[in-house]
Amino acid sequence: MKRRHLGLLAAALIAAPAFAQAQTVPVGAIEILSGPAAAYGIAIKAGMELALDEINQKGVLGGQKIALTVEDSAGNKDQAINAARKLIGRDKVVAIIGPTLSNEMFAVGPVTNERKIPTLGTSTTATGITDIGPYIFRTSLPESDVIPVTLAKAMTRGVKTIALMYANDDAFSKSGFDVMKAAAEKAGLNIVTIDSFGSKDTDFSAQLTKIKGLKPDAVGISALVEPVSGVLLQARQLGFGKETLFIGGNGSNSPKLGAIAGAAADGLIVGSPWFIGKTTDGNPAFVEAFRAKYKVDPDQFAAQAYDAMKIMAIAIDKAGAADPEKIATSLGKVQFSGVMGPFAFTDHRDPATAAGVVVLTMQDGKFTILQ
Amino acid sequence: MLAQQLVNGVLLGATYALFALGFTLMFGVLRVINLTYGFTFSAGAFIALALTRQVGLNIALALPLAALGSGLIAVLLDSLLLPRLRRRPSAELDSLMVTLGAVLALYSLMTAWLGPDIRRFPPGTISATAIELAGVRVTAAQGLILAASLLLVGLLMALMTTTKLGLAIRAVAEKPDAAGLMGINTPRIAHLVSLLSGALGGAGGVLIGLNFNAIQPYMGESMMLRGFVVIIVGGMGDMRGALIAGLALGIIEVLTAGYIDSSLKEMVAFAILVAVLWTRPQGLFGRAVGQRA
Repeated sequence: MKRRHLGLLAAALIAAPAFAQAQTVPVGAIEILSGPAAAYGIAIKAGMELALDEINQKGVLGGQKIALTVEDSAGNKDQAINAARKLIGRDKVVAIIGPTLSNEMFAVGPVTNERKIPTLGTSTTATGITDIGPYIFRTSLPESDVIPVTLAKAMTRGVKTIALMYANDDAFSKSGFDVMKAAAEKAGLNIVTIDSFGSKDTDFSAQLTKIKGLKPDAVGISALVEPVSGVLLQARQLGFGKETLFIGGNGSNSPKLGAIAGAAADGLIVGSPWFIGKTTDGNPAFVEAFRAKYKVDPDQFAAQAYDAMKIMAIAIDKAGAADPEKIATSLGKVQFSGVMGPFAFTDHRDPATAAGVVVLTMQDGKFTILQ
Repeated sequence: MLAQQLVNGVLLGATYALFALGFTLMFGVLRVINLTYGFTFSAGAFIALALTRQVGLNIALALPLAALGSGLIAVLLDSLLLPRLRRRPSAELDSLMVTLGAVLALYSLMTAWLGPDIRRFPPGTISATAIELAGVRVTAAQGLILAASLLLVGLLMALMTTTKLGLAIRAVAEKPDAAGLMGINTPRIAHLVSLLSGALGGAGGVLIGLNFNAIQPYMGESMMLRGFVVIIVGGMGDMRGALIAGLALGIIEVLTAGYIDSSLKEMVAFAILVAVLWTRPQGLFGRAVGQRA
């Protein structure tokens, strides 16, 4: 009797995928679900699954459901490659979303590109991602698209001269500074001085006193949130007031800024691809649905993944068949408007517009949208 | 602008001097390079943070309690790590190695326990108002650090030169064996010096934490490098030398960043260290051993 049950179970197991295959479109995802960086992957998975709930109510390709398989990379390149091989070889996915980090994409991208499976990064911002090959796409905006929006906003407030400060011992801060400097030059701002400091420094008085003497309209800072907080606190001690606009890079886009710097951070502006308090593009409904499903607030990674899943569903639907080659072609042509704002790909499969970028300002220790 | 830069330099230098005081005292008397000193600095800041945040104590009460707490931690660490080493012929090198290992273990333990995040004292712990005079601004916290450094150096020097306890400490510094034979309780003096130096380190951590609002387990480590420059240039074990060298280092760093290039300020500081060690290994203000206190 036991044996008969086992036989039935085995038959069911063999039959189930075959039956499901006819009804669903298999899509894979590779995200960091364990380890120190798991928070990113978990947010992304949550965003994708929320979008999937909505997509599968109607389905794609005339009512077929998308079956999403999420594999854990644990932030490890080898594990990410194995996940890609498993998704393509065993699960026969027609497209892959992810992986989470740029350096994982540099490992996985060549594999999926060679197998001609369209691969869509939602959180990979490094330069050169889409150079991997014609099947590699991304929806995440690089820093070089965000900073010009912030500077343009500053210039509408009469900023003409700017001093730049950056942490010179940290790759993230230095590359953010390079982007900021290039964008300031391109925007026609007059850069009065460039000063650097160490990421672990606590004293910035010499640099700030020098900057104060030059009286720039704005001070742009590219550094992680801790030194940025230190700079702001000391700037207020030295008597910097509302006449100087502080502009942060990506590192300043963190709620920790208000926690450490307090009122000293008031008035700082920073550009962000997404913001929870954004009232346009169906964002409030997304935030509400996310809270209802997961009992936590969505973050930028969840929002990016939510849009990416929908973009992928449109591409599959428009492709007319669950075929990787056709999906890759139709993915490049998707026109979409989601919680991140209007979206389309460039010919090089990068985001074509930064129209969704919002400029935030710090007020009483919290970010709000700068009107 | 030059006036403000000089004031910035003096204030930064005062923080270096404040940090170096206890370090140089410990070295001058106990003849050991004790790197766990940096940990008492972090510990002092965290004790005061807990006392003001969780217990709600006034900073005027939290500061001495934090100093006492870190002094006791220093005594405990010393009695665990150092007595065996002090009797060895190369005590200075051995103590450097042992305390380096110990301090790194302590920092990681503290990070594992409390997390690497930067914390700050609750806003309003100390008045944020600044005094402005002829375009030069000084905040209350900065004034407090400067006053505390000068006061502590003065008090320590008075203790060493005018009291019987100071005489005993100096005797132990000069010839521990002879001091013991003369009836001085040398282990007790050693503990007292540890207590004093740990308390100085802890008080430094609180004051500097108040000024820079960057309290973090590794804060003592980043200060240690500057502390080394100050006590070497000032002459190891020389308190007045530490004060002068600390102020000089602060002023040089600020002037380099303000008028030459901010990315060169560390280079200048450490180039001075190398130059001093080359030409005057006993330090710029170094005097004969035994007169250092």
